[in-house]
Amino acid sequence: MAQGSHGLMTTSKYAAGSLLSIADLPVAEVSAVLAETGRLETMPQSERAKMLAGRRVALLFYESSTRTRTSFELAAKSLGATTTLVSDKSSSIEKGESLKDTGLTLRALGAECIILRHPASGAPFLLARETGLPVLNAGDGMHEHPSQALLDLRTMLTRLYGSERATAVNAASLRGVTVVITGDILHSRVARSNAMLLPRLGAKVLLCGPTALLPEDALGLGYVQDGGVEIVRDFDVALRRACSEGPAVAMMLRIQKERLAGLELDLGDYIARYQLNAERLAACAPEALVMHPGPMIRGMEIAGDVADGRNSAIEDQVSHGLAVRSALLVRALGVGGFESVTV
Amino acid sequence: MSDLLILNGRLVDPASGLDAARDLLLRDGRVAAVEEPGVLRSIATADTIDATRMIVAPGLVDVHVHLREPGQTYKETIATGTAAAAAGGFTTVVAMPNTVPVNDSVARLEWMLDAARGSMVKLCSMPAATVGSLGGELTDFAALHKGGAVGFTDDGKPVLEDHVMRAALVAAARLGVPVSQHAEDTRLTGGCSMNAGPVAFRLGLRGMTVEAEARIVERDIRLLREIEKAEGLRPHLHVQHVSTARAMAAIREAKAQGLHVTCEVAPHHFTLTDEAIGDYDTHAKMNPPLRAEADRVAMIAGLMDGTVDCIATDHAPHAAHEKEVEFAAAANGITGLETALGLALRVLHKGQGMPLTRVMQLMSAAPAGIVSLAGRGALGVGSFADVVVFDAAAEWSFDAKKTRSKSRNTPFDGAAMLGRVKATVCEGRVVFRG
Repeated sequence: MAQGSHGLMTTSKYAAGSLLSIADLPVAEVSAVLAETGRLETMPQSERAKMLAGRRVALLFYESSTRTRTSFELAAKSLGATTTLVSDKSSSIEKGESLKDTGLTLRALGAECIILRHPASGAPFLLARETGLPVLNAGDGMHEHPSQALLDLRTMLTRLYGSERATAVNAASLRGVTVVITGDILHSRVARSNAMLLPRLGAKVLLCGPTALLPEDALGLGYVQDGGVEIVRDFDVALRRACSEGPAVAMMLRIQKERLAGLELDLGDYIARYQLNAERLAACAPEALVMHPGPMIRGMEIAGDVADGRNSAIEDQVSHGLAVRSALLVRALGVGGFESVTV
Repeated sequence: MSDLLILNGRLVDPASGLDAARDLLLRDGRVAAVEEPGVLRSIATADTIDATRMIVAPGLVDVHVHLREPGQTYKETIATGTAAAAAGGFTTVVAMPNTVPVNDSVARLEWMLDAARGSMVKLCSMPAATVGSLGGELTDFAALHKGGAVGFTDDGKPVLEDHVMRAALVAAARLGVPVSQHAEDTRLTGGCSMNAGPVAFRLGLRGMTVEAEARIVERDIRLLREIEKAEGLRPHLHVQHVSTARAMAAIREAKAQGLHVTCEVAPHHFTLTDEAIGDYDTHAKMNPPLRAEADRVAMIAGLMDGTVDCIATDHAPHAAHEKEVEFAAAANGITGLETALGLALRVLHKGQGMPLTRVMQLMSAAPAGIVSLAGRGALGVGSFADVVVFDAAAEWSFDAKKTRSKSRNTPFDGAAMLGRVKATVCEGRVVFRG
């Protein structure tokens, strides 16, 4: 599959420490990120605040964001870095400045790393190529959200096995675990990043949703030959199968009403077939870990009581986000005890 | 004009079927003599091209180029685009009408074809089929034909409406020229920037389906059949840059039924697949897009079995700033005039065992025939002295920095080429020496 060549192609064109795509991050590097995350988390705050003292990080956001932006910003500040936020609403981007020129401007102003969220798939690659700076992809179009996949991984490891098992991974770390990703896979960068990461650690990923939101082309995410990614259209079947094979994770994705309208999907029908509610959870997967990258629409893809219930790891995901993004910043700026094995 | 001798070469002239050692005497812009080695040696001329170990063939003909003049001369001019053509072995190019303004009137056509534009090679033009290429009202086919139009097209866009395409085919049939169609049902491709499929899904890009191309090709073929039946005419449909197996199958079937359909395939569509986009390389973005491997293989099969009539580059220069942007926002198109022969020889001749004669036919005699260029695409006595001399065994790699084009938007920078142009002669003038 393209993963191999894709990864090889990217090693020289981009600054070390960039995180553009989870598909390009070798398992050993994933492990190194987790190790650094654990190290930073237990580090005294006074020491942590010196890690990136005097370093300059730019947050370049072309889309709205609560969790990702805030956690990157808080992470950078807790490490002592200076941050600046540039958004499309309050900058020369409104005047038509290109991504390339915006990036070059930030570099000229001293930015040493750019965290980019952009509605166009692939934009972080462009920014990294044109600026030569380490770029952290904070979500690009329908493509990827690699830091989300890393924080989801750490959430799973911690909840399933305990925090001591969340500091290193290999190709067998998630063996026996089945992750059911359900909903609007087509438009979801979170689904793509998770589906391109988890099978490499031994997990089975079942993609679930109606054809309009989950075309067969989704198998292009790879690892099909290893049986790592499969499409299962029936949510109940997917959940039952996940539970019967070991630890199960139900990862729900947000449904946007306007997208359903465009696809002529019946909302009531969608909720009946794909909403994760208490009855379904109890009947099909009572022990499943429930995850959601947010923002979630309660009463749509997930029932409020499930989101708040004992299976839910949704708030854990947010706090792991802060920790993992701290490690990614340390990695991007090439400091600390981080042992980077690749870009 | 002085004489020019081309000596010691191997003449490959698909029009006459000749593939043998021959010397050529070019005089007053025409081929004056084609002789066995030795016969022409005594003729004293100012200029001789030594073609030892070289192929001597009719100058290449490209029925699909974008020269961007008027209106977008920051991308290309007629002078720079035709200089690139000469460097690639082409002696005739057919310019598409999507300039600014659109070439849809006799005045614009004449301006474009005027010698003052500085074309290095024979320049032909296909004006717009509809006014402003807006898909509504037909342009004045008869007047444009008198002014030199070799066909009609709204290239870059399809002629979408059935009744407009039907009227265009009828009007063109009365003049004996083709309607050249960019086959894309744009009602299905809004917001799409690459081929639909697993690669597009992985990259998170919206994809153009095979159906969007095939539906227009199938519709146009149906129109041909209807017109033949109802009007007693024989309309000529030329399908541009075929990229899908399904459209190729439709064309193959239409040809078998005796309809007058011709088609072209671009070198990138028989060389690359959508995997070449890699990490969002906008130099691999064009329309129609690079397709799946099965489609690429179908292009090769069509080239090998005769379904494909010609190779055309769809040379589409763009400035760097139009490609250094987000993939979905990047301009469609790549340059192609200087890489077409090198790719055709590498992929088709060496890779597939296609005889040189067939490669030359696809790149000279056949395209010349599609647009009815009298005296071109062949090297008989009396033909225009349009000649390409190339070393068919030379392996080299293309360097985009050295292009004659104003633009460098090619996915083939650094790519392996087979066969290098040593000289290009257009109407007896040496327009390129390698």
